[in-house]
Amino acid sequence: MVTNSYDRLIQALGADLTPVRRLAPPGARTLIWLTIVGAIALALATVSDVGAMSRRLMAAPDMWLAAIGSLVTAVLAAVAAFQLILPDRKPAWALLPLPAAVFWVAASGIGCLRSWLVPETHPASLGEAETCLAFILGISVPLSALLIVMLRQGCPLRPNLILVIGGLACASAAATLLNFIHPYDATATDLTVHAFAVATVILANAIFGGRLLMGKDVLASV
Amino acid sequence: MEGVSTMVVLAAPITTGLTMVNAQTPRPVDNRDRRWGTWMVAAQTGNRTVYETLLRDCTPFIKTVARRQGVSPNYIDDVVQETLLTVHRARRTYDPNRSFSAWLRTIAQRRAIDGLRRQSRNGVWETHAPFAYENHPDPGRDPEEATNQVERTVRLDSAVSTLPASQREAVQHLALREQSLTEAAAVTGRTTGALKVNLHRALKTLRAQLGRQD
Repeated sequence: MVTNSYDRLIQALGADLTPVRRLAPPGARTLIWLTIVGAIALALATVSDVGAMSRRLMAAPDMWLAAIGSLVTAVLAAVAAFQLILPDRKPAWALLPLPAAVFWVAASGIGCLRSWLVPETHPASLGEAETCLAFILGISVPLSALLIVMLRQGCPLRPNLILVIGGLACASAAATLLNFIHPYDATATDLTVHAFAVATVILANAIFGGRLLMGKDVLASV
Repeated sequence: MEGVSTMVVLAAPITTGLTMVNAQTPRPVDNRDRRWGTWMVAAQTGNRTVYETLLRDCTPFIKTVARRQGVSPNYIDDVVQETLLTVHRARRTYDPNRSFSAWLRTIAQRRAIDGLRRQSRNGVWETHAPFAYENHPDPGRDPEEATNQVERTVRLDSAVSTLPASQREAVQHLALREQSLTEAAAVTGRTTGALKVNLHRALKTLRAQLGRQD
């Protein structure tokens, strides 16, 4: 038998070996996470006025463009995060949600401009903006926890990058769901609050998610 | 039974599953890659012998990757061990339709980058200075202390020699040779009570003499 200087470690790893089920493809795992997001959307649809939401989104192109932008950003960021937990995937996957994110920000910015130009808009008050903030943060926490639990099944070789992309997925999903309870037009204050909420979610994921994502060391006693 | 299956896996590394690959994924590139891929699939099913063979077979490859990344020889072993641990943790992420070497290379490169960062951090705080190490005085081995010890021994011997014979006898047997009272009584032919009294007087005299000299 061939032996080398790592025999003790290799034997310990061999002793720890158990059969494992191969990780499901990234697309399937993304679909599972999006199904949970969809379930939350369904729950919100039952308690909110979906007709009013549709009319409000259709009233101005920037509204539904921003909603589509945030939704596509959520989907693509989730796809990218599930790709990045596989060791042989390139870090360039992190760029996947960026065009959609830029589109989302641009559409929201146009909405902000419209609210300045059109006098009969209903801007959100400070209290209403606080509700938006609480909603985005409140929805992002369980979505982030679920996403991190699913991501740690893989091998996060670039944990910070994965957590930032995962945070973007959760924040943009929460921002999309916010449309169910957001009966106001976009204003600078409102969008600033949204941006702050999204940035907070991404930052919180990057700071606090590391320990959860990496889990305990394998064979710490070796 | 495991032995038989192990031999089959080791002897026939190519599986039909490897031919069902997506054209856009990195395929197994050579015989070694196919062999490793097959062994990893066996490891995913819990075949310990094949798994250990795979890990042993991979270590030169990991070392090569680490060296190419610029890891210094001092840290190569760390990188290899970290890589083996990561392979163990990540074994369920290996997809047999993709190249095992590419999968392993990425893990080794990431661990090598971690090693380089550690090397860089240590370089800030640590200096290789073999002469400073050799010249560093050992606080437990003070030459002056050794001289003092010799002087103290000479003074004690001199003081003991001035004692009356009965007291000197008690000091030599009970204190210096560390005999018990019974043993000393048997050797000297004195009673244990007399020995105790003589020792007590001798210590009092010595304390007085040595105290004066200090």
